[in-house]
Amino acid sequence: MRNLRGIYTIWYRDILRFWHDKMRMAGAIVFPLLFLFVFGAGLSARMGFIEPGVDFAQFMFPGIIGMTVLMSSFMAGVSVVWDRELGFLKEVLVAPVSRAAVAMGKTLGAATVALFQGIIILALAPVIGVPVSVWMVAALLLLMFLLSVSMGSLGVLLATRIRSMEAFQVVMQMLMFPMVFLSGVFFPLQGLPGWLSVIVKVNPATYGIAPIRQVMLGSSPDSPFTINVLGHPMSTWDNIAVLAVFGIAIVLLAMWSFSHQE
Amino acid sequence: MQDYVIRVENLLKKFGEVVAINDISFNVAPGEVFGFLGPNGAGKTTTINILCTLAKPTSGHATLNGFDVVRQQSQVRQSIGLVFQDPSLDERLSGLQNLRFHAMVYNIPAAVRETRIKEMLTMVELWDKRNSQVRTYSGGMKRRLEIARGLLHYPVVLFLDEPTLGLDPQTRSRIWEYILGLREQRGTTIFLTTHYMDEAEKADRIAVIDYGNLIAIDTPQGLKGMVGKDVISARTDDDDRAAEELRLRYGIEPRHDGDELTFEVTGGDEFLPVFIRELGVKIHSVRLRRPTLDDVFLKLTGREIREKEAGDIFKAMVREHGRRMRR
Ligand SMILES: Nc1ncnc2c1ncn2[C@@H]1O[C@H](COP(=O)(O)OP(=O)(O)OP(=O)(O)O)[C@@H](O)[C@H]1O
Ligand SMILES: [Mg+2]
Repeated sequence: MRNLRGIYTIWYRDILRFWHDKMRMAGAIVFPLLFLFVFGAGLSARMGFIEPGVDFAQFMFPGIIGMTVLMSSFMAGVSVVWDRELGFLKEVLVAPVSRAAVAMGKTLGAATVALFQGIIILALAPVIGVPVSVWMVAALLLLMFLLSVSMGSLGVLLATRIRSMEAFQVVMQMLMFPMVFLSGVFFPLQGLPGWLSVIVKVNPATYGIAPIRQVMLGSSPDSPFTINVLGHPMSTWDNIAVLAVFGIAIVLLAMWSFSHQE
Repeated sequence: MQDYVIRVENLLKKFGEVVAINDISFNVAPGEVFGFLGPNGAGKTTTINILCTLAKPTSGHATLNGFDVVRQQSQVRQSIGLVFQDPSLDERLSGLQNLRFHAMVYNIPAAVRETRIKEMLTMVELWDKRNSQVRTYSGGMKRRLEIARGLLHYPVVLFLDEPTLGLDPQTRSRIWEYILGLREQRGTTIFLTTHYMDEAEKADRIAVIDYGNLIAIDTPQGLKGMVGKDVISARTDDDDRAAEELRLRYGIEPRHDGDELTFEVTGGDEFLPVFIRELGVKIHSVRLRRPTLDDVFLKLTGREIREKEAGDIFKAMVREHGRRMRR
């Protein structure tokens, strides 16, 4: 009970800060839009259809939603490092709230913001020409939530070991950009060169992007949206299972690591 | 035996090779104002960090309000309030929001939360500024807000790590009024660190710490008693004759201190008029000085406490720089 209230309070403060920070709000939306419209418009005409009825912009759209959520939820780590540099983290660490609850609150705060930004991008579906249904939106919300909690916890985990903002930003970029670019946001995952195919398949973000795309664009085993892992075509549920296992492991690790820092 | 609210036994903390605090022991009684006096790097903040569960001791024990600071962290945390040496407010939020956050994480019941916040903000005279973002506050206002926050959950022990560093004299004395008022009203135990001697004087007891060692612990009066007497310095027409007279008439052995004659007496207040009236040599000027904690520190360590002043200025610069970066 006490810890639930702690999680809520930590979460609430991060939301409040986000609300005050109009730049961050705008930035997190403008960046994916740039990708969507510049790449989408620029390459759609040239690349033709990825699959019958799905042009490049439509193909990229679910990936961009995933990318937005992924990048935004990483801010959980930034928020921890930031609080440490500003001294506010001490106020939190001497409070009678368990450290695990603090880590969870940070993760959920960033996840909520990420979800909010994902929904804004999702609202562009009619413009891109991707049909959506109510159940699809519900499924997407759950997927985005799972992805954002996993990635938010990864951010918190890194923040427990990397103390300075400068170092954190370098590490974050070294990790985040390869994760995004090698996860099938921008290209179909079939017929890749062998080495690239291996990297893509060990990248956890792949299993966050793929089910979003499968839910929006179709999930038949022979569609170009399906990844083959060890010869097994991954269904939507298979992907979700991989993401969930990764997510749970990272959440637990982040809570543990946060509790054992000085 | 008295039931102490803070007990520290053989506490030792090392950072690698550096011994930050070296096997110190002391107790603090409920309702006491306990001062930790020492120069930069003495180990004051490190001691507080261990007592407030932010750091683990390398060895030794400490209990706070009866709870072990290593094994019963959450009970300890609920018992204490803190004003850190460095700022720890969320500058993007308002004063009110900072206190609400605190009230929530400290489980202050919703029914009394708002009245308690109002009480504290009024006490530190920030109620009118409650809705402004903290980054628009002055340094003194931020400090007052931190004190209000530290008190919000009615802690048993309030830790103040150099609570008035960098504040003007008016604000410093205002803050002292709150602190002493608190002890009156609520019996809060106050543990503070400082290297202002005049502030240390206000404590009931002072522990002098240097290079991690506890070198003395007593009341301010007791400490000054170690140095002894009042000090009188005089300039006269003929110092040698005056010295001779002092020696013969009062049995005092004066020192020639530059162009002054300096000597120590007990009860300087009473002796001074007698000295002026009776001395057969013309006096140009005379000064009476009480022993200060500076003299105590000098006597205990052979150094002035403020001799690392340059370090202070540098720290202030770094802090100011940090503050600017935040904007
Ligand atoms: N996290 C740390 N890592 C390494 N050494 C540390 C750490 N914290 C403190 N120290 C060292 O421990 C010693 C005591 O530091 P502490 O901060 O307790 O001093 P202090 O009495 O609070 O000084 P000040 O008046 O400057 O605040 C110093 O030598 C300091 O360099
Ligand atoms: Mg200190």
